[in-house]
Amino acid sequence: MITVTDARKNYGSFAALDDVSLDIPSGSLTALLGPSGSGKSTLLRSIAGLEGLDSGTVTIEGRDVTNEPPQRRGIGFVFQHYAAFKHMTVRDNVAFGLTIRKRPKAETDKKVDELLEIVGLDGFRNRYPAQLSGGQRQRMALARALAVDPQVLLLDEPFGALDAKVRTDLRQWLRRLHDEVHVTTVLVTHDQEEALDVADRIAVLNKGRIEQVGDPVTLYERPANDFVMGFLGSVAHFGDQLVRPHDIVLERDRATALALDAKVAGSPGVVEAVVERVVPLGFEVRVDLRADSGARFAAQITRRDAADLQLREGETVHARAVGRSSVVEVDPALAI
Amino acid sequence: MTARIHQRRGAAAAAPLPARPEADKHQPDEHRPDGNRPGEREDRDGIRPRVSGDDATDPGAAPPPSRPRRRIGLARPLGVGVVTLWLSVIVLLPLAALTVASFGEGVSGFWAAVTAPTALASLWVTVLVSAIVAVVNAVLGTLVAWVLVRDEFPGKRVVNALIDLPFALPTIVASIVLLSLYGPNSPIGVELNATRWGLVVALLFVTLPFVVRSVQPVLIEADREVEEAAASLGASNWTTFRRIVLPTLAPAILGGTGLAFARAIGEYGSVVLIGGNIPRETQVASQYIQQQIEIDRPLNAAAVSVALLAIAFLTLLVLRVLSSRTQRREERDA
Repeated sequence: MITVTDARKNYGSFAALDDVSLDIPSGSLTALLGPSGSGKSTLLRSIAGLEGLDSGTVTIEGRDVTNEPPQRRGIGFVFQHYAAFKHMTVRDNVAFGLTIRKRPKAETDKKVDELLEIVGLDGFRNRYPAQLSGGQRQRMALARALAVDPQVLLLDEPFGALDAKVRTDLRQWLRRLHDEVHVTTVLVTHDQEEALDVADRIAVLNKGRIEQVGDPVTLYERPANDFVMGFLGSVAHFGDQLVRPHDIVLERDRATALALDAKVAGSPGVVEAVVERVVPLGFEVRVDLRADSGARFAAQITRRDAADLQLREGETVHARAVGRSSVVEVDPALAI
Repeated sequence: MTARIHQRRGAAAAAPLPARPEADKHQPDEHRPDGNRPGEREDRDGIRPRVSGDDATDPGAAPPPSRPRRRIGLARPLGVGVVTLWLSVIVLLPLAALTVASFGEGVSGFWAAVTAPTALASLWVTVLVSAIVAVVNAVLGTLVAWVLVRDEFPGKRVVNALIDLPFALPTIVASIVLLSLYGPNSPIGVELNATRWGLVVALLFVTLPFVVRSVQPVLIEADREVEEAAASLGASNWTTFRRIVLPTLAPAILGGTGLAFARAIGEYGSVVLIGGNIPRETQVASQYIQQQIEIDRPLNAAAVSVALLAIAFLTLLVLRVLSSRTQRREERDA
């Protein structure tokens, strides 16, 4: 369990962390999600001890480490740009934490071999980081962090420097690794898809504050506010509310739309809109719409529904919102 | 966690967990040839919209910046010709002429000139003093560079500018400056004139910038995250410096030290006053050469000059090999 209590950190007049409190359960994989400047990296680095807090405390597994240097916090840290020791072989990189602890060579070698096998780099022992790809380098960094048996594993945008395909593969690999190794893991990311994909808990940060903490489903379906809703997926301004584009249903017939809408308690009502564009996106079809009021929004419907509706540009449809759980009040400042 | 890893090794045997992500297997080939930093390359890859899943060969990608370009401006043969001519006139011909002159009385004449007791003593003093100066420079120059890059203190910019002063100052002025401080009737009671320590101080003065200026940019460019990574793995500050930072700085330190040593070997102006020119004591090779010219022994002068030349050349060669070895380790790619 990692507990951060009332953490504050200012850079000049900029509040990177503004009274942040967060519990991270042992064995979980928690994502700190937020836009850049939201304080998520600062929070992670504070847990690691790489950044000092102005006030507040950090405890790791019941031990108050607020004033401990990173060396004595029992952490493993993985950086976005790998932070590989370029003058050392893969073996020496992974062994570093053990070598400086003066562990017997046989023990170190055994541990390194195990870890290299886990991260799939067993054939790369004697290579130098420059001879590895980005994905391989990051897996080496992960093995290096795991070598010292950390109580918590902290990952700062670990896949941020990799290209899209490698990133997806690696994060699923990380998820499987976590399921097997069970070390408490905190991952910083600005990519909501990545957070939803790997984490079992997500803390959404914005402007140095935590907006909401929860499991991915809760966050997606019951966002606490506009920010969380907007950050965890696409949204449409529907009437005076925010809804997910895939929760908008289009009907040709107004009466049908009204009748069906009446069954949804507290729905934002039926909006008459003109089809501006129909965009097939593979599995789904995006329909760009313009309401009477002039407000533009998009609905995402299945191919089958699109085929049934036979929508053409310039036609009028009646849109209604379902899935009330993801409907939140629109911040007046954001409303069109 | 050892136990846990054991456990999961067993599991891995059953279902090979770390099925290595397919996509990055062939990656090394992708960003190797252009030789720029992989991180930068991948950053661009990351934001580039990807049409197909295949990322290994993507000819549509923006060309890496360092790919060889078509030459513009000077035609190649002309450029090479000018450079060759220039180097010949400025460096090679004079050196050749000197070498020829030194062998004016054959190999035995050259050998006799170099091994004459005072000649040998002057060479010995030169090398000894220069070696001390080089070592001190390596340590303190690195320290000065470190403080100038990593620490904040009032007047830092002034100090930074001051480092270059010994470059700008005529060396004879340096000699007078030092003489007024460490000479006879020294205001601080330290008289170093006509001692080897006097030589050391004078040479330290004029060689100060070499290590500082070669280490500084490397330190500025150094990746701080690497040091944080070492700290997170439990390394103390000293361990981090010794095992992580120092290897990174080594080529720059070696380079700067080599230049300082080479400069110290040939230094004349700054030692001429404070050294005292005492044969077999404080007379350095450059002073010996000057003396031999004055007493009309050009062959002796030329012979010792060639010896100095050989020492300087050898120093640079050794450093070159050492630093290229360190660098090759880091950039050893296909």
